[in-house]
Amino acid sequence: MRRLGLGRAREGARWRGGRPGEGRALDGNGRERERERERLRLRERVAHALAHGNGRERERPRGWDRSHPRRREQAGARGPKTAATRTRSRTTVAMGRPLAPALALALALALAALLTPAPAAAQDADLGKVTYDRWCAGCHGAEGRGDGHAAAYMLPRPRNFTRALYQVRSTPSGALPTDADILRVIDEGMPGTAMPAWEERLSQEEREALVGYLKTFSRFFARASAPPEVIEPGDPPALTDEGVAEGREFYEKIECWKCHGQAGRGDGPSAPTQEDDEGQPIRPADLTENWHFNGGGSVEDIYMRLRTGLDGTPMPSFSDLIASGFMTEEQLWHVAQYVRSLSPEEPPRVRDVIRAARTEGALPTTPDDSAWAAVERYYIPLVGQIITAPRWFSPTVDGVWVQALHDDRALALRLVWHDPSRSPDPAWASWQERIAAVMEPKEGGPPMVDSVTGAAIPLPDAIAVQFPLTIPEGMERPYFLMGDAREPVYLWRWRSEPAGVEEALARGLGRIEPLPASDGALEGAAVFEDGEWRLVLHRPLATPDTANRLQFRTGRPIPLAFYAWDGSNGEAGTRAAIGSWYFLYLDEPTPKTVYATPAVAILLTAGLGMIFVVRAQRRESQRQDEGQSRMNSSSSHPKEA
Amino acid sequence: MSKTSGSRIALGTIVAIFMAACGAGGPADDAQTSEAAAQSDAAAAPVVDPATAATITGRIALEGTPPAREPIDMSEEPTCAAKHPSGATTQDVIVGEGGGLQNVFVYIKEGLGDRAFPAPSEPVVLNQDGCLYHPHILGIQPGQTLTIRNSDGLLHNISVAPTENRGFNVSQPVNMETERSFDVPEVMIPVECDVHGWMHAYIGVVDHPYYAVTAADGSFTIPNLPPGDYVIEAWHEKYGVQTMNVTVGASETKQIQFTYDAGAVAATVPLGAPLIVRGHGSAAHAAHAATTLE
Repeated sequence: MRRLGLGRAREGARWRGGRPGEGRALDGNGRERERERERLRLRERVAHALAHGNGRERERPRGWDRSHPRRREQAGARGPKTAATRTRSRTTVAMGRPLAPALALALALALAALLTPAPAAAQDADLGKVTYDRWCAGCHGAEGRGDGHAAAYMLPRPRNFTRALYQVRSTPSGALPTDADILRVIDEGMPGTAMPAWEERLSQEEREALVGYLKTFSRFFARASAPPEVIEPGDPPALTDEGVAEGREFYEKIECWKCHGQAGRGDGPSAPTQEDDEGQPIRPADLTENWHFNGGGSVEDIYMRLRTGLDGTPMPSFSDLIASGFMTEEQLWHVAQYVRSLSPEEPPRVRDVIRAARTEGALPTTPDDSAWAAVERYYIPLVGQIITAPRWFSPTVDGVWVQALHDDRALALRLVWHDPSRSPDPAWASWQERIAAVMEPKEGGPPMVDSVTGAAIPLPDAIAVQFPLTIPEGMERPYFLMGDAREPVYLWRWRSEPAGVEEALARGLGRIEPLPASDGALEGAAVFEDGEWRLVLHRPLATPDTANRLQFRTGRPIPLAFYAWDGSNGEAGTRAAIGSWYFLYLDEPTPKTVYATPAVAILLTAGLGMIFVVRAQRRESQRQDEGQSRMNSSSSHPKEA
Repeated sequence: MSKTSGSRIALGTIVAIFMAACGAGGPADDAQTSEAAAQSDAAAAPVVDPATAATITGRIALEGTPPAREPIDMSEEPTCAAKHPSGATTQDVIVGEGGGLQNVFVYIKEGLGDRAFPAPSEPVVLNQDGCLYHPHILGIQPGQTLTIRNSDGLLHNISVAPTENRGFNVSQPVNMETERSFDVPEVMIPVECDVHGWMHAYIGVVDHPYYAVTAADGSFTIPNLPPGDYVIEAWHEKYGVQTMNVTVGASETKQIQFTYDAGAVAATVPLGAPLIVRGHGSAAHAAHAATTLE
């Protein structure tokens, strides 16, 4: 059995040397001023985050259901290269900026834009070709065969346009797409893939010209005599519990679960063997994350995908079931409504600060403790580690849900993430072997398969939580990818096989040294069910060893970051899903003054009020006394008239 | 892709009337038996003079030790496993008595000139039974109906991935039939089920009835041919393609043989893309010379 290839010193040797730009030259005063500024900025951000519940709210998209995936992509599309390069320099990672869009696009755009020679005669060449050669050919290839320079790093691979097979269509399986269908994919991207949204990057003319140019790659469009027949979805039936329940029944009957799994997490028995029309491994969609659906996450979108299928993928069309009388259109709508119901009402928003509430009761130390139900959940997106070789472009885990609680003595984190395989998983061995064949060879790293037999090497699932060694004063934090030689990070690690947790220090990606378990107090418990891991990690806030272990404190923003590995996807060592720094904030115990102040205020108010009332009454009675005496002294006083 | 049933019935009626007028018998029941199909279709087509019609017949042999047929693990589908009491095995290389190679698609690749052969009205049936395709290799003409049948009553999806034609991918979770057709000739079109990775079939689309699939003993017959010079191609999913030039005179029955080498598995078996036919030798020579394409 192979251990997780994280802590191997010989691998780490290549990072031992200093990183360019690591020792930034700043004189003492400059450094101090910068630190002070950072401290202020940090305080403002955390205060804002705690006050508003969100460190950074994303623009709320119009009709999120249909459009949010493209918003997410576009958020990254504005500056993918900056974000990617920024992560290289220590400490200046933008606060909690999620790397998902940035890195996904760094891949798609940097490779597309940089590896493709600039068009020579932009002015007079056809706009579609110029735009394509500049923005698309890097992945899709100059001839549209899906074989651009960057293609081999992607899974799923870029579309081969010569076959005119398009996943997202309004037309039956096997029919050509409409121009609007192609334009929609260009505009919105394919959220489950490396294909970004181009609506805000390219002009309307450019995007429309692209549609025309893409069609020239395949003879099918020229051969077509009539425009394709379009499926009109009609209106969905009203959303009812009965309808959703019937959708669930049909989810069973038409065996969606075979690929997508009983809970919809893409973990069905047929999932490990799926391949697309180009023979590449492909995963069934995780139906609980509709913001990653290719073609949109609304009920209408899902219904259309059921009707049309996703051509070029194993996802078939179910239209013939209606034609054959096996089920009605309404029943297929119910399947769509059921599938929609598996995802949250709104896509998760990424927040900078994870708040660990303080509990008076016992700290829950198992993942399914009912106490967790009341604790706020935070979504942390993860992306492939594509900064340090060997890089990893097709991670399984795309996000972790985090909950945190403390009781002044210990901190508990509950982590929940989706992974269709409980690694090492024999059912997924063939998947791992195929991944090894199409993704591994370029960059080396720990082997995924036996070099002689080609059989999958058993690798565990794993997750790591990263903290600095000490709570920083300002925004200064160790290098986000497991620190470096000068400034190590402190890790909590869990793995599925052999099951257990450990603490470690890391001095760079792949340079992990476990801390002696004897001084440790980190404990954990994990549950795997229907393609989901649920894990609780907990540790006392303070430990006897203060040199190598972070001492948690309440009321201070504590940087933290997450890593995940899916062993059945060949992930180990630097082939990981990563995130950037976020913050953990442990609520402070409620100070006694909180109870005293209102009482004092009430007493003060009452006291002052009494004084005013008494004085007013006194004045009133004096006035009355005076009036009485005047009346008595003169019955014809002019003011009384 | 799919035709409406109305137009299909109309077309069927027209063809039936036409055939009745010509005095031809009804189309053969079993679309696999290309011999019968070819006869009836050729009879329907006025381009062949029955008085001079020739026949090419022959056998495909596999020399050497054939690979063992691997067992298929159907334990995940008990319904299907129960249909194979002695266990299901892979279908890619099936060798009969005397080394005859089954499931080779043999067809006239060139030489029919401008003759047009209307698509037969009878559908070709691709049946899913016991989580295997029946037949494993089949031929069809452009425009002819392909009826895809699920006899297993459990989820199959039919993922058809041609190069020249439009592919499609439809779901059949219950006992049902789906009808499709192909527009243009293409040899061969792969068919797969994504739920059951072991299920494979190949469809040869040719715009005439002169094709056959070798029987268990490796034999085939292509009857009713106009006399002339032909290029005949044999396609096997594992051993690739061989071509041969054959000349048949009036009313002649020509005997030919293709021989594959069991040790020479083709690196790439051509699918879909038009094949480049290189130099043709004599019938006997070509059998060995034009072996697999690399």
